[in-house]
Amino acid sequence: MILVDLIIILMLGGFLSWIVSKWSALAARWIAFVAVVIDFILTLILWLGGGSHVNILTRGQWIRDFQLKWIPELGVSFHLALDGLSLVMIALTLFIGGLSILVSWKEIRERIGFFHFNILWLLAGILGVFLSMDLLLFYFFWEVMLVPMFFILGIWGYENRKFASIKFFLFTQLSGLLMLIAILGLYFVHGHQTGTYTFDYFALLETSIPGKLAFWLMCGFLIAFVVKLPALPFHSWLPDAYTQSPTAGSVILAGLMSKTAAYGMLRFVLPLFPDAARTIAPLAILLGVAGILYGAKMAYAQKDLKRLVAFSSLSHMGFIMVGIFSSQALAYQGTVLEMVTHGISISALFIIAGALKARTGTRDMSEMGGFWKQMPAMGGITLIFVLASLGLPGLGNFIAEFLILAGAFQSSVLWAVLATVGLISSMIYSLVILQRIFHGQPQKEGKLVDFSAREFIIMACLIIVIFWLGFFPQKVISTVSPVFDKLEQQMNVSFSPGQRLLQGASEGQVSPEDALRLNRGEPSIVYLRTNTKGGARW
Amino acid sequence: MDIFNLLWLIPALPLCSFLILAIFGSKLSGRAVAIIGCATVGLAALLTIWMGITFLTAPPAGNFYQQTLWVWLNTGGFSPSIALYLDPLSLIFIFVVTFVGFLIHWYSSEFMQGDEGYARFFAYMNLFIFSMLTLVLANNLLLLYLGWEGVGLCSFLLIGFWYRDPVNSYAARKAFIVTRIGDTAMIIGLFLLLSSFNTLNIAEILTKAPGVWSPGSSRAFWAAILLLGGALGKSAQLPLQTWLPDAMAGPTPVSALIHAATMVTAGVYLIARTHVLFELAPVVQLLVAIIGAATLVVAGFSALAQKDIKRVLAYSTISQIGYMFLALGVGAWSAAIFHFMIHAFFKALLFLGAGAVILAMDHEHDMFKMGGLRKKMPVVFWTFLFGSGALAALPLITAGFYSKDQILFFTMASVKGSIWLWLAGIVGAFITSVYTFRMVFVTFFGEQKMQVHYHAKNCIKIPLIILGILSLIAGFIELPHAWGNFAPFSDFLNGALPQVQLISGMESREIILEVITAIIALVGVYAAWVFFLKKPQLAYRFKTAGAGKGIYRFFFEGWMFDRLYDLIFVRPIVWLSKIDRRDFVDRIYGGIGQLNMVLNKSFSRTQNGLLRWYLFGVAFGAALLLTIILFL
Repeated sequence: MILVDLIIILMLGGFLSWIVSKWSALAARWIAFVAVVIDFILTLILWLGGGSHVNILTRGQWIRDFQLKWIPELGVSFHLALDGLSLVMIALTLFIGGLSILVSWKEIRERIGFFHFNILWLLAGILGVFLSMDLLLFYFFWEVMLVPMFFILGIWGYENRKFASIKFFLFTQLSGLLMLIAILGLYFVHGHQTGTYTFDYFALLETSIPGKLAFWLMCGFLIAFVVKLPALPFHSWLPDAYTQSPTAGSVILAGLMSKTAAYGMLRFVLPLFPDAARTIAPLAILLGVAGILYGAKMAYAQKDLKRLVAFSSLSHMGFIMVGIFSSQALAYQGTVLEMVTHGISISALFIIAGALKARTGTRDMSEMGGFWKQMPAMGGITLIFVLASLGLPGLGNFIAEFLILAGAFQSSVLWAVLATVGLISSMIYSLVILQRIFHGQPQKEGKLVDFSAREFIIMACLIIVIFWLGFFPQKVISTVSPVFDKLEQQMNVSFSPGQRLLQGASEGQVSPEDALRLNRGEPSIVYLRTNTKGGARW
Repeated sequence: MDIFNLLWLIPALPLCSFLILAIFGSKLSGRAVAIIGCATVGLAALLTIWMGITFLTAPPAGNFYQQTLWVWLNTGGFSPSIALYLDPLSLIFIFVVTFVGFLIHWYSSEFMQGDEGYARFFAYMNLFIFSMLTLVLANNLLLLYLGWEGVGLCSFLLIGFWYRDPVNSYAARKAFIVTRIGDTAMIIGLFLLLSSFNTLNIAEILTKAPGVWSPGSSRAFWAAILLLGGALGKSAQLPLQTWLPDAMAGPTPVSALIHAATMVTAGVYLIARTHVLFELAPVVQLLVAIIGAATLVVAGFSALAQKDIKRVLAYSTISQIGYMFLALGVGAWSAAIFHFMIHAFFKALLFLGAGAVILAMDHEHDMFKMGGLRKKMPVVFWTFLFGSGALAALPLITAGFYSKDQILFFTMASVKGSIWLWLAGIVGAFITSVYTFRMVFVTFFGEQKMQVHYHAKNCIKIPLIILGILSLIAGFIELPHAWGNFAPFSDFLNGALPQVQLISGMESREIILEVITAIIALVGVYAAWVFFLKKPQLAYRFKTAGAGKGIYRFFFEGWMFDRLYDLIFVRPIVWLSKIDRRDFVDRIYGGIGQLNMVLNKSFSRTQNGLLRWYLFGVAFGAALLLTIILFL
């Protein structure tokens, strides 16, 4: 029941905030904030309450599970369930969500009630996405997420908000429709085969779909997710939407909504269509690597601070693509960590950009410079998140990227190496942020005020979490690892006939000839790892 | 209580003071900042010395001590820890880092007096000490990499310490990016090691590697060469040396600590620490020697042409690290570490002395505008002279002689050595003593050209004196083989590093080689005296006329590496970022949008309310349909 409560608290909080705002704007803000905080505390209780050994592929012990019949005639049920992966994502959502309300405390001055209504419904939609175990329900929440975001962007956005919001809407809506078609396709195929028409995730997992059809159905899902992430050729909406949003919007877009896409790939694309996913993996990894480098290149070329951060996000999403399609447990772990740490670091950078915009009235970095003298605290904090963005060890992002790349290296040396080159390019654009804004001669006369107490609290939360993830990532890793143990196995089980042979023959042992061949250090690195604990890895 | 249990305190102390200074620094008085910043490093140094004495008198079991603080992460059998590893090699490094680091902190408390970023300076310096200690003490490569990037970050922050000047910011960025190129190679090496051994624990890798990889196997080759990439970037060796001369933009104590004594030798540490991998890849080990030899010559010639006293020292550092690489390349592991330690003493001393001179000259860096400072700044002069003697390896009385002589001997005598490497080393030794004494003569002798604005206080003098004494006597702990075999330093290190293998019968030639080295050094000093003190017009004529001018220019610009890289890397990248600033992908989608708008406009023009137009449309459509039906 608690899972439903989580969503309902947010939705009711949204209504209440909207109603109360007629009398008191401050009360509306507090109601929204408290609603998110209550949710966050509930989630932490769930997290500390018990570890889960839930597997992404099989029905098992859930931390929490809730199922209600919704439209039994069509096989739709209101099925929410929580495993380690969902748990981590929900904790992130509520953490960032709470901060995004604090961020808007001074920034949003018009239609305050409606704004908070939208934020809370948006968060509720994201929560729903992370919890749904029924595909139609998932699609429903997917759309619930879209509309409030459209309003936030279109009403409280910056100068070019109309254009940006329509572009955002078109991209996500169209791609979402493809997913709906794919969901329906899957539904009918399954119904045709078994006679029971259902949208239940676990029932659909057992569908055996003919290869060609599976490929096209997967594409429906994949395109929706890749657009939302976004990955390379579908990123066109990203710079506009991220730049034109109010700070809270940018934070939620970049920090949370992009993660729903990554989550969707891990939860649906890989388990439902393992073979098709494997077929497309090389292309997906290629797009990921290209995104890393192209995003970095574009980020470096920007003058608008928010655009720069937006493109840096494109670059980091490339790592997520690489991680998901590398089919390695190490890379999956890295992907989840990247989802969390990127959520933190990108939010911090957008909040800083918002704070600068509020003080200087511009996002153009060529009008900034030498701010360190007047705002040393902001400079120091920016430094921390710039370093997070460039993957400095000690901050969470490093662990994430290290695991992704180390995993990718085991499946493809070439792509892993190219992706690693992205570490150099991410350094180049990240340093630009710090040096153009805070170093150099002061450009503008006039007084700039350093972070206020409220802003300090926000940043302190983000800083603590990013360091915590850098030095103690184990808590997150052990929460999500059971989810991925089986997934990796399935993804690698029948990669190629030769490997299947190897695997079947010796359960992770390598035959002497192969050992010799690998000993000579031949570059081809194959998937030989079968059992995650103590298996032979070459 | 076992003293080694306190090992974690050594990095923790400077980390604490970093945190205090970073968070409350702006509220503390300058005096409090200096006390916190220096005292923590001083305490760490005392603790290290105490541990060192314990290690010598009662070594721990197995000749190493390991302390696991917590498990960093654990996934699929890969579980690196935050764990510290103390053995003779890391002990020597932490001794140099904390001890020399403390002297430099102490010196800085005076040198940076009155700077508006006083607290920030000490915060960064403390963070550096912490990172460097982490690098050296790490028991696994992932933690080592944390320290490795941490020192790079501090180097970046401290080079760009005076952030108002874009030149400093540029130098800082350049240092960070160039070293990052090496670091990227290194982390790929880590991926390779991880995928081969499923661990990054250094001791485990070193034990397993010889069993899994045969010598010369291609995986060993790649692992070694990728780690070497990291080492080249950090230690400013060819071809990644270009950042170090520019790094002199930072405050002088920074140059002394980071860009001379400690951080730039991290590459030497890395190679020594993973020596087994290099022994399994003889080609790469040879490459280490060749790069070292080439670097020491290239940088030596560049040092000869500099005017800025700090740039002379910067090139000299590159060149001296070249000697260490040479030693590593021929398998003389402990000789490299010995030279590292001695170099840390005298090079820190030279930088600190140069700092005192620069302060006295009101921030003038050009040696040729100084001159005659011998009498005005006696303490600085004498200590600088000791340091220079050690750098030039003046025979018998300086520590540099013992360390450099050992490297040169092994370059010839080791089974992995060769006469060509030795020749490069000898040429380098000659150049070294020429540029060193050029610097001494031009700065301290001749006529005085500028007023002395500042007189060194005790906080500056005492570190100079301590380092000056060490530059003279520290060499006696490792005497040449032929001299009664008194070598406690390498005996100590042999617990961690293998001994060098000599070609049989080479020991008898050691004395001859020593005499040659000694003569070379003295001739160098004489040449410097002739060209830069007695008849400076000779040198002047050479560098202003004909071919000499071009050669001078070539050396002055560090063999034009910067121009080359600018042409082949920087400009194409900047060009690439400038084109397509608007993102061509976006334009494609924009194009689709615009196409729709155009279609929309053209279709809406047909809706014009004219009846005859609509009738025509209907008739035309009907005719078209009929045609299609009838004829197709």
